[in-house]
Amino acid sequence: MKPGTVAIVGAAETDDIGVLPDKSSLRLNIEAACNAFVDAGLTPADIDGVAGTGHWPTEVAHQMGIHPRWIDNTVVGGCSYFLHVRHAAAAILAGMATAVLITHGESGRSRTGEPPLEFPATGPRGQFEAPYGIAGFATQFTVPALRFMKEFGVSQEQLATVAVTQRLWAQQNPRAFRREPLTVDDVLASRMICYPFHQPECCVVTDAGGALVVTSAERARDLPGQPVYILGTGEASAHTVVSQMADFTTARVFRDSSAAAFAEAQVTHADIDHLMIYDAFAHVPLYGLQDLGFVSRGDAARFVEEGHTAPGGKLPMNTNGGGLSYTHTGMYGMFAIQESVRQVRGVAAAQVPGVQVSFVQGVGGMFSNAGTLILSNRQH
Amino acid sequence: MRKAVPGPTPETQPYWDAARRGELMLPRCVQTGRMFFYPQPYSPFALGGDVEWVKVSGRATLYSYVINHRPAPGFQDENPYVIAVAELSEGPRLMTNLVGIEPRPECLTLDMALVVTFDDRNGSVVPVFMPAEGLHQ
Repeated sequence: MKPGTVAIVGAAETDDIGVLPDKSSLRLNIEAACNAFVDAGLTPADIDGVAGTGHWPTEVAHQMGIHPRWIDNTVVGGCSYFLHVRHAAAAILAGMATAVLITHGESGRSRTGEPPLEFPATGPRGQFEAPYGIAGFATQFTVPALRFMKEFGVSQEQLATVAVTQRLWAQQNPRAFRREPLTVDDVLASRMICYPFHQPECCVVTDAGGALVVTSAERARDLPGQPVYILGTGEASAHTVVSQMADFTTARVFRDSSAAAFAEAQVTHADIDHLMIYDAFAHVPLYGLQDLGFVSRGDAARFVEEGHTAPGGKLPMNTNGGGLSYTHTGMYGMFAIQESVRQVRGVAAAQVPGVQVSFVQGVGGMFSNAGTLILSNRQH
Repeated sequence: MRKAVPGPTPETQPYWDAARRGELMLPRCVQTGRMFFYPQPYSPFALGGDVEWVKVSGRATLYSYVINHRPAPGFQDENPYVIAVAELSEGPRLMTNLVGIEPRPECLTLDMALVVTFDDRNGSVVPVFMPAEGLHQ
């Protein structure tokens, strides 16, 4: 894809995020879509492509009166929306669609109208991991962390610093789920969820939705909103169950997906003004910083500890508060993208001055899959 | 509530049958001689490659672990408990539980020597690991 030929022209979240027991997952999808249409200055009649996970895109299309000629229901975990954007860009450039609606809505906390999370006993997870007492993602995604910490000499205090730093961003964001002040000592004294992870080092669990409208840069010129150009994209997949991650000290999917995006965008790390790394748990941004090449192997924990990703730092990261403090429905990727869009538009709650290029990295499963977007308010 | 038990498929049945006999057996690619985990119908190293079953030593080291404080169904009586990844001396890694050791970080050192043992869970036998220290092989 030539950088800047496709743009996000509509981006919005649901009116409220957090605890929303009166709104079903479907409604969260559609409410977000309505808000994204307003942002884009478009209507469902302008849309000929839909994307989302599993059964959602066709249900959303039906309920909104959209008759798509292009559908993508890729499900690769929380980074699925990165892939939807990437696939939509390809479809638009290939002439298969002109404008694509991508939605996410998940009643992750209240479970209202939310299908149950079930893994068959006959699958790899059911046979080779579930018998050992895995209980949700906090017992799977976390499993590589101690090896990473041993390899690079990362302390419990440094792991806690990831959560503390993101809380500083969340405190500037009225929509963040966790906003109370947080210190390293607070983290270490808090409830242990799954050693070495305390509660603040695990993502929040919320209800929320988000939606994007993607079209060509040419079409974007006629629309009222500020287009956010897609400079580069990437996607990757490596394993399904966490025990088969090839090396617990590095995520291959981060390396592969980010390298593809950098190459496509024709930008370097020095061009990146703002960074989002999907943080389901506190160790994930540490892998990300190293595997995306923003720091050398082994330097991520110290980089965060020195404040470089905090407000005022040279590489502002997870500026909405992240999955640890802002929101995390289950598939957080949509919200990481939303924050990148806000930052390059200059309208974020904790706005970083002068952001031109934002790099946003998604992860799916347990370092299983990944998607990357490089977004900008300039076309080249 | 009972602990989750595996649902074997024809391709994985030999693994679970071996566990029932108190043996840890791994699939090996006939063409390349490389072992792998988890069992799958064809070799991951050779297109459509045949797979044979090999009894392994049961020796391993502790590659990584977590100590879970929010128990899955059936684990309430052993809360907290260790979910570990063991690296077999033959190379492949697998998820497991650790038994015969306190579920405390100061007792659990990465790379410590482990040896397989077997746990009967409602008639379904699964491999678990215990410290190898003090055992005479």
